[in-house]
Amino acid sequence: MDRIPILKFGNALLVTIQVDMHDRLATALEEDLTAKIVAYGARGVLIDISALEIVDSFIGRMLDNIAAVSRILDADTVVVGMRPAVAITLVELGLSLTGVKTALNVERGMALIQARLQTSESEDADVED
Amino acid sequence: MVDVGTIAELVASGEAAILSEWIDLQKKVGTLQTGRITENELVAQSREFLHRLRDGLARGGSDSSDAAYGPARQMLADLSRSRALQGFSPTETATFIFSLKQPLFNVLNRNAALSPVQAADLTWAVTLLLDELGLFTLEIFQKSREEVIVRQQREIAELSTPVVKLWDGILALPLIGTLDSQRTQVVMENLLQTVVDVEAEIAIIDITGVPTVDTLTAQHLLKTVAAARLMGADCIISGIRPQIAQTMVHLGVELNVVSKATLADAFAMALERTGRAVTKRKAAAAAAKGKPIAGKVE
Amino acid sequence: MPTLRTDRLEIRSSDDVVRVRQMARAMALETGLGLVDQTKIITAASELARNMLDYGGGGLVLAEVLEQPGRRGLRLTFEDKGPGIADVEAALKDGFTTGKGMGLGLGGAKRLSNEFSIDSRPGAGTKVVIARWK
Repeated sequence: MDRIPILKFGNALLVTIQVDMHDRLATALEEDLTAKIVAYGARGVLIDISALEIVDSFIGRMLDNIAAVSRILDADTVVVGMRPAVAITLVELGLSLTGVKTALNVERGMALIQARLQTSESEDADVED
Repeated sequence: MVDVGTIAELVASGEAAILSEWIDLQKKVGTLQTGRITENELVAQSREFLHRLRDGLARGGSDSSDAAYGPARQMLADLSRSRALQGFSPTETATFIFSLKQPLFNVLNRNAALSPVQAADLTWAVTLLLDELGLFTLEIFQKSREEVIVRQQREIAELSTPVVKLWDGILALPLIGTLDSQRTQVVMENLLQTVVDVEAEIAIIDITGVPTVDTLTAQHLLKTVAAARLMGADCIISGIRPQIAQTMVHLGVELNVVSKATLADAFAMALERTGRAVTKRKAAAAAAKGKPIAGKVE
Repeated sequence: MPTLRTDRLEIRSSDDVVRVRQMARAMALETGLGLVDQTKIITAASELARNMLDYGGGGLVLAEVLEQPGRRGLRLTFEDKGPGIADVEAALKDGFTTGKGMGLGLGGAKRLSNEFSIDSRPGAGTKVVIARWK
């Protein structure tokens, strides 16, 4: 079965979804990401969905789940590049993905993750003082 | 069953008479007066249609939906459409076909070879046929006008929602007028597409020009804000007028979004969020003890 | 109401949900729907197809491009021979689910369509018809 590749990018993981996802692929991605966050000790997960033409409740739930699981594993999930039509449709569908952080593109998403890491590191440093 | 082929022959042999009588009638009701088409055009159109009608009569019988009437119908459709766009009234447009009745009746009546019964039968067949074609003309006319209206509505909707760029990464959408569902959809799409195009981090929706905010409008605003967030942009709503704020509270509408009283306040907030500050030139200069630092947005 | 084009697809596995989306997209393009309207009806189709698979044991999807004076639309019909829905009113409410989903399927599909109708009786299957007009 095909799987969506997960790239390691410093202390973050990058997933670019480029195919119209069928349900099994979405479930597999959820499992793979969880395993890789632990394996690499990743602190952030970037999911680029700029190529996705639709996000239905199944894929929406997958994004929500990934965010929730990664939070438990101390990593931030940022969904980037959602298309306007997809965003409008998701809101109309009743899915606002409140647990998921978002950014316009990969660059901004990465900056968001790095900014959070820096604040948490300086907090850690404060504790040590 | 009457043989309308007879009419086709009569039309062919009496073409000149029919044509001149028909054009006279059209002129009498004022087809040319508006100056929208010239007499030459009218003559050309009338002659062409008469030819096509004759072909239809010769091969298609009295049934106007027969394929033999295809060319005649096609011409009526084109004519009707162009007249609708030129601003002809429905009456003026339908007159084209209905005024052909009398010349055709006259031809039938003048023909001595036909018995009164035959003439009556043929007259009836022609009446039905032209009525059908007349209704067809009106239908196309109506359809074309509707298309014009739809196009205009779309244009108005697009024109009335300009998205302006205030600064790098900061957009503003000044809304004016009532927000209905259809307009909101255009507004939303415009705003969100511009967010992508200019990679905006913050979008300010200014509703100073919106007269009332009801539950539905509030919902539309909230949906826009939610959609922008999904794309990774923040929204600020500004310009909620005092009475609107009161109505909203009375209606029990909650706008759980960042809101500011004026567009200026919202802009200041947006600048701050994106790591910029506005300072007064004089004050800044004084603070810097005369150093020539221009107070401006970084 | 003249039908300009029809297409149909049988839903038997989760791969067919992707195929329904592709069919809906092709037909939405044929209808001339705008990008947002396309996305809405494709998403609604995806929800309903998955519902049909999860609760109705699969079924048939019929797609029709319709023409009315002054407008064109896309109508999708989802028909299964599953157990049916006992309380349709309740099933339309967000959060209602008898399975593992989020319960957004029916209500969400309704919000994403211009027209929505559902016909279901316990034991007699379910038929959902949605349409989106240009």
